[in-house]
Amino acid sequence: MTIETLLATQSELTDTVSSKCAIVLMTRIRLARNLAGKPFPGWARPSQRDSILETCREAVASAPQMKKSLNIGVADLTELQKQILVERHLISRELSGSKSGSGVVISKDQALSVMVNEEDHLRIQVLRAGFQLKKSWNSINDFDSVLEGKLDYAFSPTLGYLTACPTNLGTAMRASAMMHLPALVISSQMEKVVRAVNQLGMVVRGLFGEGSDASGSIFQISNQTTLGESEEEIIRRLNSVLNSIVEHEMNARQRLIESDASKLFDKIGRAFGILQNSHLLSSSEAMNLLSLLRLGVDLGVFPDESRAAIDRLFIEAQPGHIVLLSKQDLESNQRDALRAERLRTEFAPFSKPNFSVRNNN
Amino acid sequence: MASPLKCDLCSKPATVHLTQIVNNKVHKVDLCEECAQAKGVTDPNGFSLADLLLKASLNPEAPASGLRCENCGFTQNDFKKHGRFGCPHCYETFKGMVEPMLDNMHKGTQHSGKIPQRALDRKSLYDRLTTLEGNLDEAIRSERYEDAARYRDEIHQVKQAFSQQPSESRHDD
Repeated sequence: MTIETLLATQSELTDTVSSKCAIVLMTRIRLARNLAGKPFPGWARPSQRDSILETCREAVASAPQMKKSLNIGVADLTELQKQILVERHLISRELSGSKSGSGVVISKDQALSVMVNEEDHLRIQVLRAGFQLKKSWNSINDFDSVLEGKLDYAFSPTLGYLTACPTNLGTAMRASAMMHLPALVISSQMEKVVRAVNQLGMVVRGLFGEGSDASGSIFQISNQTTLGESEEEIIRRLNSVLNSIVEHEMNARQRLIESDASKLFDKIGRAFGILQNSHLLSSSEAMNLLSLLRLGVDLGVFPDESRAAIDRLFIEAQPGHIVLLSKQDLESNQRDALRAERLRTEFAPFSKPNFSVRNNN
Repeated sequence: MASPLKCDLCSKPATVHLTQIVNNKVHKVDLCEECAQAKGVTDPNGFSLADLLLKASLNPEAPASGLRCENCGFTQNDFKKHGRFGCPHCYETFKGMVEPMLDNMHKGTQHSGKIPQRALDRKSLYDRLTTLEGNLDEAIRSERYEDAARYRDEIHQVKQAFSQQPSESRHDD
């Protein structure tokens, strides 16, 4: 598969028919793996990086899960292509910034991707729409076992999988969920939630990981520690933390409706008006408006079927995707105009909001 | 009077003292105003205490030993600069530095998750083969032909075990 074909197909995230769990947008698990005896990417000489890249790409691409995959060096990607892969969460910002001797293999359905020579030799990732921790773990575990048959992993019985950074030792697993938490944000409870989640050994970050902002009220929650607990235990704990956040978000929504429904519906109605009529939209404003509409769907203001379209737009309203659409380089101002146009078209046929559904749960 | 606490990251006077209890373990970090801002400690969107603790343990004022990884040439100073190790063997070389760090950073200090069993089996077969081949050479050179025949048979067995190792894992779904 070529990069052009891949970008033209909808990703795992943008192709979800319906999300069973409205609050969890997607689940992601990543495993860090390194080759025994080889220097880590950050310390390897260019020639060593190249040979590690070749070994890893070949082993990864020959796995059955990677049939008809995209297998490409980062140096062979344009800036725009890299940006789009970052927006789809298929590669990290760090990998997109690396010069030579790194690459990525992405499965046909874009649910599985392996970055080679990022911080570690291999960063394996499984991405699924919705709340799918167990399924994601099973599929990444299977794939990792296949790779283990082809590559000699650096492993120590006491420290587990050896990684470039000691914070990833042990399982070298980071399991995370992207959560849509608008009511907790509106009612200013996020700070409290972050503190509580931290105490339970989990980390809260913005949509695009470390240092990114939480526009669209989307947060990434993941395990902080990797050594001393098995993968199943980490997933079980994360699962219970996520469930309790879902519960808090539901309660916050209920409280918003009970205390001041007009204020909440006003926000949703205005967001809809802007999306249908604006002519300049920045990506962060678009994210926030889409977030309010998604909340509207959850509250029954818009039909359930429209959730998938909104989730797709969360990704397609990102700058790289907008530029891809226009097929030419754009100034940020032109991008904002095109984004607004795109969203006007998407929301023109949308059914009118139905605000009579107060207190439906 | 005790001297004021220094920032764990830049050694200016610390004004932000952070105590977090994670999994019943107390973690403490002292930071100056600027580092606290920079690290997002005051940011409601959260920050990673593990990363902070890692950086704090890299305090540039602590004396560095002259250790150097024999496999990749990485030194303790390199770790202070990068916060990452040079190769898997570094964990053996810098064991004394890593172990105290882990206790603060992780839930435990002993791995209890997945084990790459097939990769380990393959490695032990490979090690066994290398030893046997050395023994065989040695036996031939010193004209111990009975021993040599025995080593040759064992090598044959190990090679068979190698080829019987499944090249693809079983698929359960």
